Amino acid sequence: MAAWIERQKNILDFTLSSLLRRKGKNLALLVVYILLVFLMASVMLATSAIRKEASLVLREAPEMVIQRTVAGRQDPIPLSYLDQIRDIPGVMSCEGRLWGYYYDPVVGANYTLLVPGSGEPAPGTITIGPGVARTRTSGPGDIVEFKKVAGGILELEVASILPDRSELVSSDLVLVSPEDFRAVFGSAPGLATDIVARVANPRELVTIAEKIAGRLPDTRIILRDEMLRTYDAVFSWRGGILALLLLGVMLAFVIVSWDKASGLSPEERREIGVLKAVGWETSDVILMKFWEGAVVSLSAFSLGVLLAYVHVFFFSARLFAPVLKGWAVLYPQFRLIPFVDVSQLTALFFLTVVPYAVATIVPSWRASVTDPDAVMKGLR
Amino acid sequence: MTRRTRLFGLFAFGVLALFALMAAHAALAVRSAGQGLLEEARLVRELGLTDLCLSTEANYTRHLSLADFHTPFQDHPLALEHFPSGALFGPPPHLRRSHGRLD
Repeated sequence: MAAWIERQKNILDFTLSSLLRRKGKNLALLVVYILLVFLMASVMLATSAIRKEASLVLREAPEMVIQRTVAGRQDPIPLSYLDQIRDIPGVMSCEGRLWGYYYDPVVGANYTLLVPGSGEPAPGTITIGPGVARTRTSGPGDIVEFKKVAGGILELEVASILPDRSELVSSDLVLVSPEDFRAVFGSAPGLATDIVARVANPRELVTIAEKIAGRLPDTRIILRDEMLRTYDAVFSWRGGILALLLLGVMLAFVIVSWDKASGLSPEERREIGVLKAVGWETSDVILMKFWEGAVVSLSAFSLGVLLAYVHVFFFSARLFAPVLKGWAVLYPQFRLIPFVDVSQLTALFFLTVVPYAVATIVPSWRASVTDPDAVMKGLR
Repeated sequence: MTRRTRLFGLFAFGVLALFALMAAHAALAVRSAGQGLLEEARLVRELGLTDLCLSTEANYTRHLSLADFHTPFQDHPLALEHFPSGALFGPPPHLRRSHGRLD
């Protein structure tokens, strides 16, 4: 056993000196490799953390949201629909919600104005989300102006700011009283933005949704399960730009591996030829190349994953922020909770380390089984 | 063992230690995030929120799960998607389900 360990140590030592002889090339390769792993791991860590947090937080979302659609667009829903929904057996409660989007021309940001179902702010006052407070540089006691639908300005005093730790769900919220909401948007008293319903038995949700859709054919219903599934699907590997980004990175990785697998440089061939000539066995050469692949790929994987962890959980995935932010002025500064999915990291390991290690060994094996003289002369 | 191998050993040990630190940080952060998650869940329940606030530039990326069939067309049937976040988030699965085979 001691001899085996000694042999590994000697071969590792030789491998390191061999890598250092081609310092520039190997360093460049390592940097590119680290970047590829960093990008893939950043996407994986960020999406898995968002998915997990969404699944924990949105468990408390309304069981059912009923919207009215007219000509393909959402339209205010008459509150008279409430009675028709309440009549359905199994519906525990339902109520109209008042909410809407407000564009603030002062700073160019979009807010979500919402009237809370209970504990609404007193008329003339608002409670704002941390993102709104940051964008407007407003605090309790400050005045925020809103354009009224009928013309003129409505001045509302900031009563309080929602907690920073809730930024992921509340960054752009402005909680207002129903009176102020109607003054800003002008919606009629008999109309709401949508309706939320609670049912007694969650297993009856789909049946009740079908009954509502039958009674009120101009509505569409979104169930809580669908909200939860949305985040699961949107942040899966297959969705949107994430898939494109991963595809690009994977392609770059395939090119790096292919370059390695397609053949050795003349210098590397000569090295193998010399080693064979001085008595190294084919297995020794392969072992050396295994160590070479392992040193490079394991270093790149570890450093890439560590950097991705710092990027996502200490710097809030700042590299991805421009895409999420888009043209918006108000950008939530949430700090993701490090729900690390070990199975994803394992998948990343097998996706990046194993192909590279194999790609390093195969051409060396081909060179080491041929005649050293021919290898050194560059005939094979 | 040469100096080179010793240095590499130290590097490998350092990386392993950093991985251990990462795991410890993740475990501690998840544990200490409990209060924040409860706060978020309370707000979601009390205000009847339906979505995470990840982007505020377009209504269908602010409220992903409430996006409707009209979303891809915006202002007219051939309007092109022009919000960067719209490229990041795909449509919610309940908009994509098929209602029956047509062939």
